[in-house]
Amino acid sequence: MNTIPFSTSSPTGWILAAVFGLIFGVLLQKGGVTNYNVIVNLFRFRDWTVLRIMLTAILVGGIGVFGMMQFGWLEGYHIKDLNLPGLLLGGCLFGIGMVLYGYCPGTGVAAIATGSVHALVGFGGMLFGGIAYALSYGALKESLFTHGAFGKVRLTETLPLPEWTLWIVLVGISLLVFRLLRGPKLQEEAS
Amino acid sequence: MKEQNSLSLRQPIWNPFFVGAGIGILSWLVFLVVDKPLGMSTEVSKLSGWVTAVFTGMDSVESNPYWASKTPAFGYSTIFLLTTAVGAFLSSRLGGTFRIEKVPSVWKEFYGGSVAKRMIAAFAGGAILLYGARMAGGCTSGHGISGTLQLAASGWVFFLAMFASGIVTARLLFRSPQQKS
Repeated sequence: MNTIPFSTSSPTGWILAAVFGLIFGVLLQKGGVTNYNVIVNLFRFRDWTVLRIMLTAILVGGIGVFGMMQFGWLEGYHIKDLNLPGLLLGGCLFGIGMVLYGYCPGTGVAAIATGSVHALVGFGGMLFGGIAYALSYGALKESLFTHGAFGKVRLTETLPLPEWTLWIVLVGISLLVFRLLRGPKLQEEAS
Repeated sequence: MKEQNSLSLRQPIWNPFFVGAGIGILSWLVFLVVDKPLGMSTEVSKLSGWVTAVFTGMDSVESNPYWASKTPAFGYSTIFLLTTAVGAFLSSRLGGTFRIEKVPSVWKEFYGGSVAKRMIAAFAGGAILLYGARMAGGCTSGHGISGTLQLAASGWVFFLAMFASGIVTARLLFRSPQQKS
């Protein structure tokens, strides 16, 4: 048990990457999130498509992964470090960039392929941002990233609750959010 | 455009709850068979290393402390990025929604039809976006979906920071001079 079936550097791993990528691309496009207006209108409280997709993905994905962990089917979690300065500042920059660009990295890549020329230009911007980050990484590492690093923390470690109760709470909150945010004004503007 | 309850590739769009569930199930599969979370922004920063290597050579790229830990190399994530585009292309062609778009309608409503203006904003936005993603160590996929679904504190902090900042930015960027109904 607990052996990874396929290495990501094996030929099978590469074929799986293509299968997963194709599915992801189809889902993003059919979800409507390759549309600039849909993403921007989330932040303008005019279209809840992105929120519906993300919350459903988190619930379905999270409960499934939790279950598979219980059965011992998975190697373990892949938790990213809780580096507060980087997460807060990076998250804020990301929000600004997402509204200005109208996409996030995944939806931007998908949107290029649906004919969005400005998504392609923004991809050039992303490459530029990647270069700028690599060049400034040394300085960031020695200043900003020296504080507020808490390592790989899960919410279950900060809240004294068993994991399944957290999922019940999250399902409850999401259903409430979905119920409150239904309404006729959505979607029509976006298409 | 009406939400569709059928899952044919010929439909222009699917019900967002189906799509969300699909992404959730996709994340199970990815965890299960390759032991990886879904992610995109790391690969984009590796591609930026490749672009740099064209001008400066691979040696100088690999001596950079960031790219030294995320060495640009063709592999699983490169294929995932490229086929995400292929999937979106096929899906939009089959659904009949593929079209060349230079200035999207919400942008046009506030900033007019100037292509140059929109392209400058998209480029700047993309740059800020990826810089932020690397600073935070992930994007909407890596933190926003894969992190949050594992109940990673980092994922939820990112999700909330991104949301709050996006709402403020949208307020400032799309302020309507005349109140629209």
